[in-house]
Amino acid sequence: MSAVEVAAPPAARSLPVPFRFLRSELGLIARRRRNQAGLAVLAAVPIIIAIAVRVSSPTSSGGDQGAPQFLSSITGNGLFVALAALALEIQLFLPIAVAAVAGDAIAGEANVGTLRYLLTVPVHRTRLLAVKYAGIVAGAFVATVTVAGTGLLAGLLLFGGGDVTLLSGTTIGMGEGLLRLLAICLYLTACLAALGAVGLFVSTLTEQPMGATIAIVMFNMVSWILGVIPQVDWLHPYLLTHWWNNFGDLLRDPVAWDPLRGGLLSAAAYTVIFLSAAWARFGTRDVTS
Amino acid sequence: MTAFAVESCGLTKRFGRQVAVNAVDLAVPRGAVYGFLGPNGSGKTTTIRMLLGLIRPTSGGHALLGERMPGGAATVLPRVGALVEGPGFHPYLSGLDNLRRLDAADGTARPATADARIRAALDRVGLGAAAGKRFRAYSLGMRQRLALAAAMLAPRDLLILDEPTNGLDPQGTREVRSLIGALAAEGATVLLSTHLLSEVEQVCSHVGVMHKGHLVAQSTLEDLRAEAAPRARVETDWPEDAARVLRELGVTEVTHEAGRATGLLGQVAPEKVVAALVHDGVPVRGFAVVAADLEEQFVALTGEGFDVSG
Repeated sequence: MSAVEVAAPPAARSLPVPFRFLRSELGLIARRRRNQAGLAVLAAVPIIIAIAVRVSSPTSSGGDQGAPQFLSSITGNGLFVALAALALEIQLFLPIAVAAVAGDAIAGEANVGTLRYLLTVPVHRTRLLAVKYAGIVAGAFVATVTVAGTGLLAGLLLFGGGDVTLLSGTTIGMGEGLLRLLAICLYLTACLAALGAVGLFVSTLTEQPMGATIAIVMFNMVSWILGVIPQVDWLHPYLLTHWWNNFGDLLRDPVAWDPLRGGLLSAAAYTVIFLSAAWARFGTRDVTS
Repeated sequence: MTAFAVESCGLTKRFGRQVAVNAVDLAVPRGAVYGFLGPNGSGKTTTIRMLLGLIRPTSGGHALLGERMPGGAATVLPRVGALVEGPGFHPYLSGLDNLRRLDAADGTARPATADARIRAALDRVGLGAAAGKRFRAYSLGMRQRLALAAAMLAPRDLLILDEPTNGLDPQGTREVRSLIGALAAEGATVLLSTHLLSEVEQVCSHVGVMHKGHLVAQSTLEDLRAEAAPRARVETDWPEDAARVLRELGVTEVTHEAGRATGLLGQVAPEKVVAALVHDGVPVRGFAVVAADLEEQFVALTGEGFDVSG
């Protein structure tokens, strides 16, 4: 049987099927119980926010100096539940979600022994990194949209929609408000994708996915911590997380583009540097797992 | 197209100061079932990892199916099925889904035939009924079978199998042996790494023996057997007299024990031995010419049994 099929024209065997592996990778991430549970936790936060604001007395919103961004606007428009949830979760929960997927990328395959079999299929190492990174970015997008979507739904149910009063005081329609929410999701996905690039690099360094995930979360935490120490303010623009909270600038009229541009540039720089590092490291590494 | 399915030249791998594989010149002829023997830690798996491009040789190079590696990996590896250092699968996916994933990763595999090929591979290793079970629920033998199925997902010209019968029960071992025979009959070359000498004796046409990173022997199984010096064994009630006669004839390394005397025949014809014994009045109850078995040769080549080499 093998002799016959080998004799078949090579063209028949080398049909380009570029997205089959990517689809398999996305399925692997999506079907993993741990990831499903993580997504549920992400979705729970905006629901908790919405219910908490709903059941609390409306007068308590007077002194909200220390309260998270957007929380005081929720009673006016349910859309702000999504924004408040994003502002809260971008600090830790969303980075943890990205770290879990990214840490698993190479180290997870090495840990269960599938890495050696993928490479002998063969999957070119660069292609493996590309597919893994695409999976991380898709995961970051799904996580962000889950938070925003659940928040939007819970907010609309409990507080209703209507015109959106922007941070600059002007008012826009609900339709444009939704568009701006989508833009915010894309901006945060770009930010998280940069963290994902760091994570992919870390994942090529070890065979322990949990260790890689913890290292990525710690990288993120250190970045936040350095960001609140005024003595190192010269360092702040170079911190990955420095730009993340700028997503609120998409809620001004006109949009304050400069900080957003800075955030995207920073994310692009981190992404390029760490993807290159991952490639340099993984492209030549001896796979002994 | 060269005559060799696997060919290496001076293949060497150093890990720090330790030389794991030292100037190995493998030559596996096409169509052969090549038994790759050696004690644990002798460098077999490191060699196999180098052959498959998983680790880079410190020096030397090799070709698979006539294509230089690692440059030719993209074109040649789809024709190579491999089992390296035990099965490796996602524990929370079923056996079927694990194979689907591997097939999806193969850019040269045809998606249209995927299901049929996966089913055929699973049936061939006897896993058809357990295909839908999660991998983590598989026994060691089932895991090993799944790894074999993965190696046969597409038609292969070369199979590199590292200890394929590891963890299998005697029935499974027999099945794998006949599977290897069937693959060879279909025209595939099989490189079989093992430390089970019985496996080599039953299925292999060629043998290579690794010892402390060196390839200390490589030939056809027949030649290796022929090299084994035949011994004469005389069964008698007078072993001391028999030993004396043997020595007088020029037989070397003569030893005797209760009821028996043996020695290396060398150039001495066996029939002359019998005649001489009878002539001297030594009562012969049995006489045999025995070749050293593979295990004795293996021990002679590696200077040890199956101890781990440092």
